[in-house]
Amino acid sequence: MAREVSESCIDSLLTEMVSSYCNRFDANKPELAGRRIEAIGYQVGHQLAERYTMERPRFSDHLEAIKFICKDFWSEVFKKQIDNLKTNHRGTFVLQDNKFRWLARMSVDPSIENVDLSQDTSALAENKATQAMGMHLYFPCGIIRGALSNLGIPCAVSADISNLPACSFVVRIKA
Amino acid sequence: MAPPGAPRSGDAIFASVERVNAELFTLTYGAIVRQLLTDLEEVEEVNKQLDQMGYNIGIRLVDEFLAKSNVTRCVDFRETAEVIAKVGFKMFLGVSASVTNWDADGTCCSIILEDNPLVDFVELPDTCQGLYYCNILSGVIRGALEMVSMKTEVTWARDMLRGDDAFELQVKLLKQVPEEYPYKDDE
Repeated sequence: MAREVSESCIDSLLTEMVSSYCNRFDANKPELAGRRIEAIGYQVGHQLAERYTMERPRFSDHLEAIKFICKDFWSEVFKKQIDNLKTNHRGTFVLQDNKFRWLARMSVDPSIENVDLSQDTSALAENKATQAMGMHLYFPCGIIRGALSNLGIPCAVSADISNLPACSFVVRIKA
Repeated sequence: MAPPGAPRSGDAIFASVERVNAELFTLTYGAIVRQLLTDLEEVEEVNKQLDQMGYNIGIRLVDEFLAKSNVTRCVDFRETAEVIAKVGFKMFLGVSASVTNWDADGTCCSIILEDNPLVDFVELPDTCQGLYYCNILSGVIRGALEMVSMKTEVTWARDMLRGDDAFELQVKLLKQVPEEYPYKDDE
């Protein structure tokens, strides 16, 4: 049986990684912090895809590879599949996870979550919370980009959380 | 089932918590270490930052540890070390550790880890000499113990990535704050 660790281990590690980069290493440089967190995710995705595809024939086209990410790859990492896949048939794919695990379990700063909000602080707090969540999305975006790159598909990946707790990952394949 | 309120074994807790594939955890930790080596350049600084990350994790993880283990206040440092090794390591990493090498006054011991999921698939290149790859673990222990009023110093005595036959953490109790009861009343 494959070795397991408690989910708290990975949750704590990811939370601490994001907070270290945002508050210590690259404080006040959110773009640099984001790039570096994405780079960590890229490495992880690249290595995971290598392992998960070892005994598989090569994918015949982009769609096959994307489907592999949605099903097998997502199941290994998140214990569920992507809920919805859309494409414009011109190299853009939208992968939607209706309850993205790493956001559902993310501990939002209580000062943001529980304050009794007056109008203007509300907007500010929301903005801050969204920003914090955004920092947590660089890692999974990096994972997807790394995995696809390992499958020979260079791409750019971004995330859309306008529909929480759903999270959509937008994959744009580079021609 | 153990009666409610009774201390639970590490095995029982590990069996009941949400678990994930260790590969993801191991590779993520490896990627973080690699990125830190690139960003911070100095191996010494990477050791320091890994320890700091561990410390920050430890001060938070101790709550989950106390809540899930039902461990009540340990009578002394000796018992505390045993609980960390037998329950703490098991419930989070799925491996158990052992405690040995006690000094005469019971304030310094070694926690030995023969199986360590952090280092699966890891080989250090020569350029990483001086790196304490698992330094996050020493930080976690230091942070968690500080939250239960024990100030400690945690250092690596043996490291399999440096050719030793096991991982050995030396835990030294520096100061125990006696009367502070850190648990909240409502827990």
